[in-house]
Amino acid sequence: MVAVLQVLVVVAASPLVIGLMRTVRARLEGRVGAGVLQPWRDLRKLWGKEPLRAEGTTWVSVAGPITLLASSLVVAALTPLLGTAGLAGLPGDLFVVVSVLLLGTVALALVGLDAGTAFGGMGSSRHMTIAALVEPTVLLSVYALSIPAGTSVLSGIVRARLDDPVSVLSPVSLLALLALTIAVVAETGRLPVDNPATHLELTMVHEAMVLETSGRDLAWLELGSWMRLSVLLGLLSTLVVPWGIATEVSVTTLALAVVALLAKLTVIAGLLATIEVTLAKLRLFRIPELLAGSFALAFLAVTASYLVVQA
Amino acid sequence: MTAVEWGLAGQLALAGLGVLAALAAPARARVGLTGVLSALVGVAGAVTGIVVLSGGQGRLSLSTSLPLDPMTLEPTALGGFFMLVAGAVGVVAAVYSIGYVHGAAAARPVLAAFPAFLAAMQLVPAAGDLLSFLAAWELMAVASTVLVLAEHASRAEVRRAGLWYAGMTHLSFVLILLGLALLAAHQGGTSWAELATADPDSATAAAAYLLLVVGFATKAGLVPFHVWLPRAHPAAPSHVSAAMSSAMVTMGVYGLLLVVVRLLPGGPTWFGVVLVALGAVSAVYGILQASAASDLKVLLGYSTTENTGLMVLAAGIGLLLREHGAPGAGDAALLACLLLVASHAAFKTALFLGAGAVLSASGQRDLDRMGGLGMRMPVTAVTFGVGALGAAALPVTVGFVAEWTLLQSLIHGARPGDRLIAVVMPVAVAVVALTAGLALLTFVKAAGITFLARPRSEGAATAREAPRPMQVALVLAAAVVVGLGLLPGQLATWAHAAVEAPSAVSDTTAIRLARIDAVLVPLAVATALGLAVALVAALASTAARQAPRRAVDLAWGCGGVRSSARMQYTATSYAEPLVRVFDQALRPQRDVEISHRDESRYLVEQVHFRQSLHDLVEARVYDPLLGFVMRVGAVGRRIQNGSIHRYLGYSFAALVLVLVVVSW
Amino acid sequence: MSLAKLIRLARRSGRIAEPAPERPEPLPDVPKPLRGSVQVRHVDAGSCNGCEIEIGAAFGPVYDAERYGARLVASPRHADVVMATGVVTRNMEEPLKRTVAATPRPRLVIAVGDCAKDCGVFRGAPGVVGSVGEVVEVDVEVPGCPPRPEQIVEALRRVTGR
Repeated sequence: MVAVLQVLVVVAASPLVIGLMRTVRARLEGRVGAGVLQPWRDLRKLWGKEPLRAEGTTWVSVAGPITLLASSLVVAALTPLLGTAGLAGLPGDLFVVVSVLLLGTVALALVGLDAGTAFGGMGSSRHMTIAALVEPTVLLSVYALSIPAGTSVLSGIVRARLDDPVSVLSPVSLLALLALTIAVVAETGRLPVDNPATHLELTMVHEAMVLETSGRDLAWLELGSWMRLSVLLGLLSTLVVPWGIATEVSVTTLALAVVALLAKLTVIAGLLATIEVTLAKLRLFRIPELLAGSFALAFLAVTASYLVVQA
Repeated sequence: MTAVEWGLAGQLALAGLGVLAALAAPARARVGLTGVLSALVGVAGAVTGIVVLSGGQGRLSLSTSLPLDPMTLEPTALGGFFMLVAGAVGVVAAVYSIGYVHGAAAARPVLAAFPAFLAAMQLVPAAGDLLSFLAAWELMAVASTVLVLAEHASRAEVRRAGLWYAGMTHLSFVLILLGLALLAAHQGGTSWAELATADPDSATAAAAYLLLVVGFATKAGLVPFHVWLPRAHPAAPSHVSAAMSSAMVTMGVYGLLLVVVRLLPGGPTWFGVVLVALGAVSAVYGILQASAASDLKVLLGYSTTENTGLMVLAAGIGLLLREHGAPGAGDAALLACLLLVASHAAFKTALFLGAGAVLSASGQRDLDRMGGLGMRMPVTAVTFGVGALGAAALPVTVGFVAEWTLLQSLIHGARPGDRLIAVVMPVAVAVVALTAGLALLTFVKAAGITFLARPRSEGAATAREAPRPMQVALVLAAAVVVGLGLLPGQLATWAHAAVEAPSAVSDTTAIRLARIDAVLVPLAVATALGLAVALVAALASTAARQAPRRAVDLAWGCGGVRSSARMQYTATSYAEPLVRVFDQALRPQRDVEISHRDESRYLVEQVHFRQSLHDLVEARVYDPLLGFVMRVGAVGRRIQNGSIHRYLGYSFAALVLVLVVVSW
Repeated sequence: MSLAKLIRLARRSGRIAEPAPERPEPLPDVPKPLRGSVQVRHVDAGSCNGCEIEIGAAFGPVYDAERYGARLVASPRHADVVMATGVVTRNMEEPLKRTVAATPRPRLVIAVGDCAKDCGVFRGAPGVVGSVGEVVEVDVEVPGCPPRPEQIVEALRRVTGR
């Protein structure tokens, strides 16, 4: 029940989150912006357009976008965004969530390779390099978070934080959250790792992979990627500010949780967009340094988690 | 006779028949008959393994003319598990061989070596004493050497690879022999039960442990003893590389488990630390080399090093945790080790067999020259893809289940009070995480570059789907990867039995690590994914009614005419960013040659770029070592120059020496 | 520049975009999906770059065509509108046709500038195939040499209907 509601809320909200980030960016640049609803309009349009299929592409080009969106839907269902109850028989185990997320990553990379264009392969290669370097950080930082909570189930971690709010400010938690933030930024292709608004093929990562995709295929890819961003931002904000999440299922708590989630998403998306305005994209070969830095932070977090409990 | 005894005897008999068929059957039926009999050897092994895992017991004694105890075959649950794995791999590889074997690989001795090899792999874990173990081990080594050398007449690199393989595999044999002999001399017996009474804290045990670890690590392809792996796999026919990588290499892991669980249980802490260190280094080094490799079989060979590294890491973690106050997590780690063995066997079989199909269809092993095979070889593409998913540990494959178990044991093994654990566990998590990330890239590269995009060579453009028996084997292997990924319960129960974990509660659909309170129901993940896919697909088909898909002839190439297939990303360029990141660890050699036009040196005529990767361990350790051995050999040759006078002189000198010694 | 400085700069400069002019009459036969959202792929078929500067200005902060739902994209696969400028030269004839063919339907072609409309001063010049309309089917024409950004924005607004 909670899971279905989560999926619905994330599907509805994720284009708005993107719209909000674009609007914030536009306002800071002195433009008006297309409005918060524009991503929804784009999606509706793509849905009504015909997809093209170039000769030599395989079924992967059709199945890949569907898989990406499906993986995002499952991740949205598994992550504790509205309630900590979770699905029966399918706990929101961190490793399950990460691997379902990676399933989408792989689907996208294969779509990039399928058309056999130079840019597609380039984007795919960069995308996988970044993913390969991000995954260790994600696993390590959540490992660090899970040691105090004693479980790798995400809702368990969130619940432990609700019970002991001070733990949010512990060095372990701060280091891990910082590392996780960098990982999320890299994984979702935001600045300074990838520029979602670039039109210059040589600097593209995500955009280069989808250059060949059109119509509803593109709609699935866009919505899937946007949902990823929203879910991960939602997870981050829930880990920082666990309050508002429903620990038991009732209409009022869930309504409150939806409002809280939307508020958290608005704040964190606005913040991210503001920071993005001040950043330039890093050169591709500087990105590993950033990711190595986040890996080191995560590793410190794990080490700290041992030391803190010991002391 | 019990079922186990029947099974053991059946394996021996069937293997004998198989060898006989390979040697004596008429040429037309030879390959098919040997293949069928080999498959039956595998079936017998797998069934025996299952019987043993379900509690069956039995003992087969083979008397020899030597003045020693008779050789006994008496599999335990641990051995049964490995018999099952080896048998299952054997069945698939044998079925594949029926459609695959031709030319040099169909020569009588090579053909006869295959059933013998399969039987030997199943007898190693069945062995109940030192003698039968070593006999089976040596049979396995010799038979596999013959198989690796199958194409020695036509390819020079096969001869070199055979030399490396024979050298390393016998190094492994000698070390194991020494280690076991040391224990046996100390204990005065040859059966495992007698050896197991040794005091694990004694100096003898420590020496034996080191010898055995190096010996088994060589077989398991762990760094720095892995050098034979990336050579032997490309040299051997593909059904042989599949069997070698999926089953034979894991016999090294069986050996290690045999030592730490049965022969020297409860050893000092450094036993486990050694395993963790070996495993961690191998996992990272293996996957790094694999991610940069552009030869499909070399890539798979290095990935085997990575996987055995993870298995040994898991075993080491299990040992440490069992003794450092986290027996539940320790059991989970050992369980993860066995699950990794089984999952590796399943997906590596699919991958190697798929690689073999690609090789024989396109005549190419170089990933840089493949592409577009997905349309021409759909069955191979899908089955290889499933194997790649398994190797990348993505849901819902058995690879994912195994990795999940390993990570769970690491999370729940956190023991803040314990300094050693506090150092080892984060490193282990980091290693597993890094390996998982790199494996993802490696297998996206392997599958994507091979099967997607446009063909990069003539061979790839004219490839045809593999013959029927090969397809059957491929589908079989892929079905196991997914099947065990969906319903891992039975496998987990068997693995529980094999590591004698007391709290085994698993039903068919789920893995429950009762003592550390973790549950995985892959079927639920699959259902959720399936529902989501169905939902999106339904939406897509609604949209398709208004705006049907339109076929166009060109991919978007910025308005130009179709770019040449050589402008696509290749495997080398795909891994390029990663190779740059790990430049220090991989040390690729790059040659860039720029030739200029005559008129002006500002006008470039041609740019040549060549990149080659050499195994650093080989260059830094083996080359100097081999050079030293060669120099010693050159000196030694001076002693033996063929002159009969000098030899008579030697004899005389020896006689004098003996007389002097005796009269002393 | 530090974050604080940048934010101060952003506050000081405020809104650069000029107030939106009145909404123009929408085109009668715009395909339904394109209402409200139009992605534009620009093709320079042989322009003197005058029109490019104006298109750049139209999507810049002052005229801000993006607020009406129009956006420049990198691939015609993502586009709904092919915006062609300049006379069609011999070398660009094929790429222009390919770009239009590579755009999924429903799609529109906007010819921007006098050259695109009727070859302008380049009519009859060697190497010129003809106007955009003579090579591909054109739906909207924007006259001018070069057209003012307002005119380009207006043409786009007539498509998006915003």
